[in-house]
Amino acid sequence: MEVQLIKIEKRNDVSRSIYFLTPVLAIFLTLFGGGIIFFILGFNPIEALKFFFITPISDLYGLSELLIKATPLCLIAIGLSFCFKSNNWNIGAEGQLIFGGVVGGGVALLFYNHDGFYVLPIIILSGAIGGMLFAMIPAILKTYFNTNEILVSLMLVYVAKLLLDYLVVGPWSNPEGFNFPETRQFSESARMPILFDGLRIHAGIFITLIAVFLSWLILYKTYLGFQIKVSGFSLKTAKYAGFKGKTMIIIVFMISGACAGLAGVGEITGPIGQLHRNISPEYGFTAIIVAFLGRLNPVGIIFASLIVALTYLGAETAQIFLQVPKYTGQVFQGMILFFLLGSDYLLFFKIKFLGFKKNEL
Amino acid sequence: MYKLFLRSLISVLFLLGFSLNANAEFKVGFVYVGPTGDHGWTYQHDEGRKAVEAAGIKTTYVESVPEGADAERVIRQLAQSGHDLIFTTSFGYMDPTNKVAKDFPNVKFEHATGYKRDHSNVSTYSARFYEGRTLLGHMAGKMTKTNTIGYIASFPIPEVIRGINAMTLAAQKVNPDIKTKIVWVFTWYDPGKESEAAQALIDQGADIIMQHTDSTAPVQVAEKAGVWSFGQASDMQRFAPKSILTSIIDDWAPYYVERSIAARDGTWKQQDTWHGLKEGMVAMAPYNSAMGGDLVKEVEQLQKDLASGKAHSFTGPIYDQKGNILVAEGAVADDGMLAGMNVYVKGVEGDIPQ
Repeated sequence: MEVQLIKIEKRNDVSRSIYFLTPVLAIFLTLFGGGIIFFILGFNPIEALKFFFITPISDLYGLSELLIKATPLCLIAIGLSFCFKSNNWNIGAEGQLIFGGVVGGGVALLFYNHDGFYVLPIIILSGAIGGMLFAMIPAILKTYFNTNEILVSLMLVYVAKLLLDYLVVGPWSNPEGFNFPETRQFSESARMPILFDGLRIHAGIFITLIAVFLSWLILYKTYLGFQIKVSGFSLKTAKYAGFKGKTMIIIVFMISGACAGLAGVGEITGPIGQLHRNISPEYGFTAIIVAFLGRLNPVGIIFASLIVALTYLGAETAQIFLQVPKYTGQVFQGMILFFLLGSDYLLFFKIKFLGFKKNEL
Repeated sequence: MYKLFLRSLISVLFLLGFSLNANAEFKVGFVYVGPTGDHGWTYQHDEGRKAVEAAGIKTTYVESVPEGADAERVIRQLAQSGHDLIFTTSFGYMDPTNKVAKDFPNVKFEHATGYKRDHSNVSTYSARFYEGRTLLGHMAGKMTKTNTIGYIASFPIPEVIRGINAMTLAAQKVNPDIKTKIVWVFTWYDPGKESEAAQALIDQGADIIMQHTDSTAPVQVAEKAGVWSFGQASDMQRFAPKSILTSIIDDWAPYYVERSIAARDGTWKQQDTWHGLKEGMVAMAPYNSAMGGDLVKEVEQLQKDLASGKAHSFTGPIYDQKGNILVAEGAVADDGMLAGMNVYVKGVEGDIPQ
């Protein structure tokens, strides 16, 4: 005799349009939940949401800042989508970003006071290679030594951070900088060109756009993309189809690392202009939210990166105008992910309420 | 009908006047590197902000602003949204502050602990924390049984090295056998790392723990281990009531109030401020009576002498680790030498990380 009140069943028919609409639903639920939080904190919810989501982008400067913030997030998330689609859990994009920044920054310092159109491309390329090589560590360990890529990639973040710390405190610190933990400001030739006078938006955005286009091309138009998708659905099928799993795993990690490395280079040659200990406010981790919010789809990721970037800007404006605690930005990011995962669950499973029915045997 | 019209006219005018007023209202903005609840560096700056507010001036703050690409946007937003004076309270804001200052010549900027004043609307300010360190050194030299002082240091910048040297010199004066052991943690705020460092120093025989980092972790470790300690930035007495002998308090309030009023009244001028015990920017928390009334009296006298200028933290003869003379007998180190200090004095163990 047993009493079964709730039963969870897998749904067979999940519509594609609803699959892409749930992120939108998650955002609306977040707005609603955020409104309630603001209300409990004693703020006018409508006004607070306005300062959070509208004021930051109500002028050109704000829009430019939004793009600056979204550029690295989008780029990293695009790279991560290759890994995640094929069931490879690269959690260490932050480390790959930092390592790419270190390599690119090292080259930029090498070219200190050096003019020439070739300087910036070399820096960008070296940063991408740096990130790529760093991402190959968990990939090779996974494919040849069966290690867990989640742990390895995550722990390597600390390795990269400590390496950066060591370099900016020690050998690379600015000789005229009173021992402060930062390098010299890079020369003009090593900086991303600014697109509009008075705004900070720089040429790095084109790298991101190219990456979005290439990722769409690879994922949907090439054999590699097909392999990635099949491996994501079922590793056994992939093996049965005769795909070389190891090569693919290394390639997706390389793509992912290169994107993160490019994001790092974009930050240091763009708005920052030097190496110091805080070149990334954890973009590598936030990009994981962006990738899933965008459904691992190139276009989805563009929108997701803009929305998540807005939560950062909004947290600042809301604090300036209403003195809302700044950590609400992180609460919003958490809520978006929570509602997305929650609605995903309901999308793929249905809950049956059976009532108080007695099963007598 | 007429009355209704009049009433709405009045309210519209009132609202209009109010909003015009709101635009013209003098406002001061603060940018913090940490959360206001860190009980150290940012906490004290926020206490200063509250004092400005209490003086009848409206203030705004933004906390936990990373020293990377985000700082410039926050500073610019404060300038754009009608703030007339902006305090940026961490070294990493130096370049962004100067960059924004260039675009907002009518807004005044005050950058803490930096050295760049590229435009006439940028001032810099810092405190002579080393004077407080001299007092700590005196107490440490008298209180230690193992003759070993443990020092948790953040970054090898002149400000931190100055503190280590000032403390060591004062301790040597009352106890020639003193040794200063240093652990560099390369962070301003990381309770985990700081408590590990404190434990490592205690294991190496230090019975006095002091810190140039902002969390309360080291004093709590010291309390548990039963050794003496000193609080940093704010009065940390309640976190380690038995262990703490005193705390060096950063009191920004008088400076913030003075500069805010000056900016409001139009008398603000660019300057580089370096205030100490005399002006009250560096203050001492109540002394722990466990160290004995005589020692408390001595330290209070030394505090008065440092404030009046009768005593100086860096009075010669001062030697570096190799025995070369840095400051001749009878002379005192000038501000230029203090500002760029990058060698240890004799008695400090180890090398400065380069």
